[in-house]
Amino acid sequence: MLFHDLRFDADGSQKGDFILNRPRYRQAGIIVAERNFGCGSSRESAVYALKTFGIRSIIAPSFGDIFFNNCLKNSVVPVVLDADTCAALRAELHARVGAEITVDLERQVVTDVAGKEHAFSIHPLRRRCLLNGLDDVSLTTEFLDVMQPFEAAYRREFSWLSDGS
Amino acid sequence: MAENSRRPQTLVDKIWRRHQVTEVEGERLLYVDYLFLHEGARHAFDDLEAMGRAVYRPQQVIACADHYVPTRDRKLGVAGVRDPAVRGMLERFDRNARTHALRYFGVDDPQQGILHVVAPERGITQPGLIIAGADSHTTTHGAFGCLAFGIGASDALHVLATQALWRRKPKLMRIAIDGALHPHVSAKDVILSLIARIGVGGGIDHVIEFAGSAVRAMSMEQRMTICNMSVEAGAQTGIVAPDDTTFAYLDGRPDAPGGAQWDQALAYWRTLPSDAGALCDTEHRLAAADIAPTVSWGTSPEQASSIDGTVPDPRAIADPEKRQEVAAALDYMGLTPGTPLTAIAVDRVFIGSCTNARIEDLRAAAAVAARGRAVVPTWVVPGSSAVKRQAEAEGIDRVFLQAGFEWHDAGCSLCTALNGDLLAEHERCASTSNRNFRGRQGRNGRTHLLSPAMAAAAAITGRLTDVRKLAM
Ligand code: SF4
Repeated sequence: MLFHDLRFDADGSQKGDFILNRPRYRQAGIIVAERNFGCGSSRESAVYALKTFGIRSIIAPSFGDIFFNNCLKNSVVPVVLDADTCAALRAELHARVGAEITVDLERQVVTDVAGKEHAFSIHPLRRRCLLNGLDDVSLTTEFLDVMQPFEAAYRREFSWLSDGS
Repeated sequence: MAENSRRPQTLVDKIWRRHQVTEVEGERLLYVDYLFLHEGARHAFDDLEAMGRAVYRPQQVIACADHYVPTRDRKLGVAGVRDPAVRGMLERFDRNARTHALRYFGVDDPQQGILHVVAPERGITQPGLIIAGADSHTTTHGAFGCLAFGIGASDALHVLATQALWRRKPKLMRIAIDGALHPHVSAKDVILSLIARIGVGGGIDHVIEFAGSAVRAMSMEQRMTICNMSVEAGAQTGIVAPDDTTFAYLDGRPDAPGGAQWDQALAYWRTLPSDAGALCDTEHRLAAADIAPTVSWGTSPEQASSIDGTVPDPRAIADPEKRQEVAAALDYMGLTPGTPLTAIAVDRVFIGSCTNARIEDLRAAAAVAARGRAVVPTWVVPGSSAVKRQAEAEGIDRVFLQAGFEWHDAGCSLCTALNGDLLAEHERCASTSNRNFRGRQGRNGRTHLLSPAMAAAAAITGRLTDVRKLAM
């Protein structure tokens, strides 16, 4: 479960001081995080939990590689902005409860509380999949006509790999 | 293309090119030789069924029951597992593996063990392959000179359905470790000390190639230990160029090619190491002689230091973010700044995991165990059933048992505490595994990562111990 040990006490009750438990942040759709967000987990449940909570985008100076890819594959938009910008965004959000920032995937900009825009970039193919809700398997099946001859040639060249299978 | 082929190629370039099916705007569709799965992959099967698709190449999917298997009282197999949630995971995996006709190593299989121990010892892991594993420590297999990536559930579903994977080409970091390691300094110390230097984000976006004379001198077991933990440095994976050590290890293994095919494979494997003059994006050098036995003191693998060090003082750290991280880690670990690491008493010792539960690891631990008796509960959990049998043939099990260590069946066990083997609250464990994250070995459990010899030393002294001093 999302940040379980931070959000809940040993008896399972919510800790009021953890940020996502505060009523104003319970509706949060964007997390502005620190470096290496999501580092070290290949378990996609980390992303599922964020998504279930309602998180649509995470802004951080850097991400764990696997986590970054898992976000893309689960329609959570990972945005890389430099550490100073992330710190400034956090400061603005803390300064006024209910302050809002937006992530515009179409234009690839984050708009901060003051209305200033910060550009980011997401790989074009990934952006197209995110915007059109296209899943990877359907995308790949569009390439079956190259995939099949590729595999046949591969199996001929490395015959020791497929013998007996 | 013509120009490309004249440019000197790295090991990664060569494997990548041979597997690239197509490219769309820089994203490459790669052919995957093997998909590796454990019990955690259930969502991928559910989704595959929901999509009405079949497994595309079942014989290229290797499924190992390791995370949830019991490592004691296993005579009854899955049926003997008391916890219904754990049993449910094993039964479901069993059903999925059989329904889809995967290459399956279940609880009752004589070859059962941790995925990252079983695939290499069967000879499934070979140079030049692309392996995708629904497990972070799939990086282990890079020791054979293949590209082995840990992937999430969506990618696992994708590989099940298509035997291919979309990736961007990673950068290459070459870490050259030259010279000879001191006695009692192991591959585990090399990787822990490296992560302490470059940090858990040090390898981000990169594949790390481990090179240099110290790596060339390493056995396959040792190379697997360092590649295993490359993910702990943030890297996409680790890799070592294949050489005679690799080929000698593979020769005669059940899945390795035989006869004329062996010669053909060998000729290909020999073409894989990077060409002279091939460039990498980032380079680090490390002198093997500078590496001491290393142990982690915090809640991240980079929070580690040589065993003759002390628990750091957060107040001495200038960077406020780092200072806060260290202070929080010490609070969780229940440690006081300035304490010598060798003064830290442990409650329990775990020798196991895909990092350090191969035969050489057990031999190293047994050599230390032979000199004393465990004063705290100590478990030895072999990486595979084959490792267990070999250890028993060598008499290693008896050395452990005589020293009061517990001898278990193969599995992940206390490395990740999913099968019910877990630490009590605030219990402190010297562990040969790879992750000391909060709660990894049980809620509020405290993990110190170290080598098998260091773990055995901690078992017989009851505290973190410099194995070099114990040896004198
Ligand atoms: S031994 Fe530990 S790290 Fe390795 S596969 Fe099992 S749970 Fe993962």
